[in-house]
Amino acid sequence: MSGPGVAWYLGIAAFLFGTGALGVLVRRNVLIVLLSLEIMLNGANLALIAFSRQVGNGDGQIFALAVMAIAASEVCVGLGLVVALHRRRLALDVDTLSELRG
Amino acid sequence: MTPLLAATAGGVLVWIVWVAAGFSCLASGIAVVSFSNPFYSALALIGNLGSLAVLYLLLSAEFGAAAQVLVYAGAVMVMFLFVIAYVGPRLETPWAGGPSWQSLGAVLAAGSLLVEIVVVIGLKAGGRLSHSDRVNATFGSPAWIGRLFLTDHLLAFEITSIVLLIAAVGGVILGAHARRPAPPLETTGEAQ
Repeated sequence: MSGPGVAWYLGIAAFLFGTGALGVLVRRNVLIVLLSLEIMLNGANLALIAFSRQVGNGDGQIFALAVMAIAASEVCVGLGLVVALHRRRLALDVDTLSELRG
Repeated sequence: MTPLLAATAGGVLVWIVWVAAGFSCLASGIAVVSFSNPFYSALALIGNLGSLAVLYLLLSAEFGAAAQVLVYAGAVMVMFLFVIAYVGPRLETPWAGGPSWQSLGAVLAAGSLLVEIVVVIGLKAGGRLSHSDRVNATFGSPAWIGRLFLTDHLLAFEITSIVLLIAAVGGVILGAHARRPAPPLETTGEAQ
């Protein structure tokens, strides 16, 4: 293959995962924490697809598609929680949402 | 001579596309984390997902790229933008407020995670990452993915559909519960 090897894609995947982890750890807005989670999932997806291409086996792509579906359901439940929090006039701040009382 | 020239030109083109997509991917990822307005963060995430789809295409995962654009950049991000517009703009200064040692610790933790991933991949894989297996033209095509889903990975396919169904039911239940005035809310002193 004359293009970039798998290691280059893995570098991007690792950087994306680190960026998403930084967002999850640093940001306090629930919505941005959810967006950063998406970045982490996409970093893992990129690594899966890169390894799938390297080995020439489709299992990695199947796994990545399953991760996409799981991410969609995670967003569904997470945004439902955000809407429920907003209706109860609670702050969308992960620092103040420290007890499980809804 | 001419096929060699064409192959070299193709390799250069692949490298150019890779550099552009990778750079926009990393830049929009940083933008998602560092914008103070969630709306701009969601828009940057759409750019991130689009450039990731280009990278998937370079890895000859056509169905993965199409699903990325349709499912993520289409459905999921529209839902995100809708909820952000519903909740309203809540600005937050990302790097201010709170003890600074917390932010510093988070940056250190994320950086060490990144270094750990890179070192583990480098140690485990070594020089085997430089060359890839040759794949045929059907690799990553929708027909091939569909055949895999319905033969080898049927259980994962069915379980994924059940998980999606449960998530949809959960979203409806979360939204429906919040519609009623919650009785315990008044006892906590939040009079309306």
